[in-house]
Amino acid sequence: MSSTFFTAAPHWRWLIVAYFFLGGLAGGSYFLATLMDLFGKSEDRPLVRLAYLIAFPAVCVCGLLLTVDLGRPERFWHMLVQAQTFRPMIKAYSPMSIGSWALLLFSGCAFLSFVAVLAERGWLPWPPLLRLNPPAPLGRLVTAVGALLGLYLAGYTGVLLAVTNRPVWADTTLLGLTFLISAASTSAALLILFGSFGGGSRDGIRALERLDASVLVLEGLAIAALVASLGRVAMVWLNGWGLLLAGVMLGGIGLPLLLHWRRPSRDSRWWIGPALVLLGGLTLRMVVVFSSDGL
Amino acid sequence: MAEPMGFFTDTTVCIGCKACEVACKEWNQLPATNGGHGTLSGDSYDNTRQLDGIHWRHVKFIEQFSPDRSQGRWLMMSDVCKHCVRAGCLEVCPTGAIIRTEFDTVVIQSDMCNGCRDCIGACPFGVIGVNPVSGTAQKCTLCYDRMKVGLEPACAKACPTKSINFGTIVDLKKMAQARMGQLQQTGETRAYLYGDDESMLGGLNSFYLLVDKPQVYGLPPDPQLPSRNLKASAVWSVVGAVVVGLMSVFSFRNRGGGDV
Repeated sequence: MSSTFFTAAPHWRWLIVAYFFLGGLAGGSYFLATLMDLFGKSEDRPLVRLAYLIAFPAVCVCGLLLTVDLGRPERFWHMLVQAQTFRPMIKAYSPMSIGSWALLLFSGCAFLSFVAVLAERGWLPWPPLLRLNPPAPLGRLVTAVGALLGLYLAGYTGVLLAVTNRPVWADTTLLGLTFLISAASTSAALLILFGSFGGGSRDGIRALERLDASVLVLEGLAIAALVASLGRVAMVWLNGWGLLLAGVMLGGIGLPLLLHWRRPSRDSRWWIGPALVLLGGLTLRMVVVFSSDGL
Repeated sequence: MAEPMGFFTDTTVCIGCKACEVACKEWNQLPATNGGHGTLSGDSYDNTRQLDGIHWRHVKFIEQFSPDRSQGRWLMMSDVCKHCVRAGCLEVCPTGAIIRTEFDTVVIQSDMCNGCRDCIGACPFGVIGVNPVSGTAQKCTLCYDRMKVGLEPACAKACPTKSINFGTIVDLKKMAQARMGQLQQTGETRAYLYGDDESMLGGLNSFYLLVDKPQVYGLPPDPQLPSRNLKASAVWSVVGAVVVGLMSVFSFRNRGGGDV
């Protein structure tokens, strides 16, 4: 029996599952938006704006979820500042410590890009803010840094789970990879959903759909590798959690892929695929977090 | 720095009186479970069940009986934080609330802890829990306040059989070796020390004399530091990030001019 079965559960529950999911969406959306802006076409700009408009509110909710989950929410700032010395609190080998800083800095970038989009749309009439939009150098810097931090936010949550001693979480080193890929697939799905309603170009949506399909294949492989890497510990999923994980593989990955590849035309049920991807991403995190909590 | 201090717990002389549990609760003013309303485990004489934020000492009852209960064996072990020389809780704590003291013990400063609970999952022995009164993670401090004024920890003071021994690590190791020799002379060849050498997390400053496999006592056979997974997890994540990035660039650049 793995030594991880002799440990106690931290009781990270719905708030943390929601954070893992929303953090992935915030970071993933920002990352995709930045790459779309850099390598896409000018018609993609509405989708890019949409992603930046999603990222900031999402990361704000993330901060709230994490704070509310603390045993002493009024001490949330202890993550960033040493309470006794008032010096910055940074521990390079603690994913939660570095993650807190990444969340703060990403929030800053997401905020700047958010207000830049508001200025671009004329909702915030202050021209200097337009410099925060690429191709202005400051805009390039903000979005490049934000994209890297967003990617970090999308993946570090899995690494954080691995850097414990809990069953499942600490019995594999592939959770960060899996969460990161899942963040990309769910973010692309969210942009497809909202973009289709919110004026995204058809060409841009198709590019996102192509990307989502390839990332979903990768996600399926990552989850299969994750289960294999657990070895005998994977036996703990021979229950309802295993069924849910199978549901993620079939309903959250397989079915959306099938719908994508067999799509005859964009019919009225086009939204089912991306909605399933989002549901699959949330369920994946539920399975990983809750199945260990009960052991 | 003062000399490293700790516990040597000889489980062979523990009688399960729970005096250590009571002394710990009293000295550290730990709240009662369930508001003081007694709750029975229902399947054991052990109603404490686990170490957590309000139980910093726990006398484990290992009750092994044959199906017809004609044969039986009791093992008792007063469990506590191991004050690991390389401590997983201290490694992950993001607030700096967990510190190593001048006695080489590991202490959670309750006024700095914000209750993130990362340390709970990181501890290889499952000794930490949230104290619902403070809302913070708590565990044995090895009676830091008592040690500061030259007193021994409350549990060791209360132990009537000298199962819990407190002292410098050097002295405790000598005591443990002497006890091992004594037991082997009397034919108890199963006895061994758990956590006394550096191979286990650099050494446990609270180590044990056991007479069965660690798993039987609910102890991990191979406790590890949480950071063992950090490098590989980070590398895999970076690989994933690069692949997703390349896929994104490819998808956004190569539109192919039509439907796919």
